[in-house]
Amino acid sequence: MRRTSDGAAPGPRPSIIARGLSKRFLLRHTHSLKESVIAALRRKQLSSTFDALRDVSFDIAEGESVALLGLNGSGKSTLLKLISGVLQPDTGEVLTRGRVAGLIEVGAGFHPDLSGRENIYLNAAILGMDQREIDARFDDIVEFSEIGRFIDTEVKHYSSGMFLRLAFSVAIHTEVDILLVDEILSVGDEPFQRKCLTRIRQLHAEGKTLVVVSHDLDMVSDLCERGILINGGSVLFDGESHAAVARMRAI
Amino acid sequence: MSGAGAAVDLTGFVRPGAGAGLVDVFTRRYLLWLLVRKEVQIRYRGSALGWLWSYVKPVTQFLVFFLALGVFLQLNGSIPSYPIYLFSGLVVVNLFSEAFGNGTRSLVDNAALIKKIYLPRELFPVATTLVALVNFLPQVVVLGVVCLIVGWTPSLVQVAGIVLGIVILVVLATGLSMLFGSVNVSFRDAQNFVELIVLVATWASPVLYRWDMVAQVLPDWALVVYQLNPLTAAVELLHAGFWYPTTDGSAALPPNLIVNGLWSLLIALGVLALGQFVFRRLERRFAQDL
Repeated sequence: MRRTSDGAAPGPRPSIIARGLSKRFLLRHTHSLKESVIAALRRKQLSSTFDALRDVSFDIAEGESVALLGLNGSGKSTLLKLISGVLQPDTGEVLTRGRVAGLIEVGAGFHPDLSGRENIYLNAAILGMDQREIDARFDDIVEFSEIGRFIDTEVKHYSSGMFLRLAFSVAIHTEVDILLVDEILSVGDEPFQRKCLTRIRQLHAEGKTLVVVSHDLDMVSDLCERGILINGGSVLFDGESHAAVARMRAI
Repeated sequence: MSGAGAAVDLTGFVRPGAGAGLVDVFTRRYLLWLLVRKEVQIRYRGSALGWLWSYVKPVTQFLVFFLALGVFLQLNGSIPSYPIYLFSGLVVVNLFSEAFGNGTRSLVDNAALIKKIYLPRELFPVATTLVALVNFLPQVVVLGVVCLIVGWTPSLVQVAGIVLGIVILVVLATGLSMLFGSVNVSFRDAQNFVELIVLVATWASPVLYRWDMVAQVLPDWALVVYQLNPLTAAVELLHAGFWYPTTDGSAALPPNLIVNGLWSLLIALGVLALGQFVFRRLERRFAQDL
């Protein structure tokens, strides 16, 4: 078994506990009453189900960095959404300890008609910070984003790179214990990506728990100690990250 | 649960996404305030008249009804201070329809956020109700100023009645928004249905005509139902606060105004509880159905 469950030397306490998680999506093939009636008369299927996750269990220890690996549609993002609380599992349960924030599709809460400054406050609050915490980090966020004097300009006038940098910098400065990262390397140009990785490593060094999803396998295997490989909704492999990546490439 | 994980100390763990409902909205009140401020800021952005629109609309509506009902149907002669009577009812219905209509759509409008980040989803209908309230208060101020000019000396009871009326409206609109808003996530029929309810509501409460005209026609039991409509109670409370003191007292107010008001508040609170209950039941599916 894994190091979290050997009773002799109690390691760090877990931050995330997942037990027997399953998630099934219902796909409706009809979108109105009329279509339903017609489909029923023709004896077509009204809906089908899709198992995104099947009986997934793991513990993630405090301060651990874990890569969720798998091909497209394997259930990684669903798992991340269960951990963040956006989705609820059909069976099993997830438990988390401490504040959870996600760098999941950064910029979801941004409004184009608000200035960069207003968007920072709104988004940091959405991610769970209060006014005092945002005030304290505001300068760091602006500096990290390299937006500079455009901070009071409406976000709709930003270039897409500026927009992503600002959104990402808000998310990465959130006060968290568990950071969920989905596809960080789609953000910005190469120097900015490197800066993001440095910041994520720094958070990890401070003892934050990381759960990372990325298709950049070399990057994640260096960033994370552990890899959980998911295929078809089930855990295929759970162990050292380079070994997990090697296993994934063999699929 | 047994086996490997049995020894784990579970203190300090929470189940992500299991919020405390409306209570969470008040623990996240800074976010609530930012959401309300955002909506207020962006509503008329890009329009030359800006927030004047929130006066142009009710004034136009008022003029149309006044001309049609007050002048052509001659209610202006039979109801004293008919303009004030009409306007104090219209602001109530406008608050209700704006809060209810926008609240019902609020979850669908914020789909991008709900699908990606967990936050107490009750925030959205509550924020839209508060935005509607922000839109409503200047209209009440205008109404109050007009009443003062024509000779209203406010008393404590009148002001308390007005506040009670507004509280009933806010609670009712929030409850209904949560109820219909959560259904609207899966069935967009809800928002069309709400437009119908709002249309009916304008005519099913004594906004354009007087309550005793209803009393003459309806049997007693139906009149009780009519008066238990929380919207009717809110309209009558504002009439009693603003309009009645500006008349010579010849027109009678409906009896048991305060008692009806308190009953209506209770009904509105019941609707809020039902709204919260249904919302919680359907919330599990929001992120996947939007």
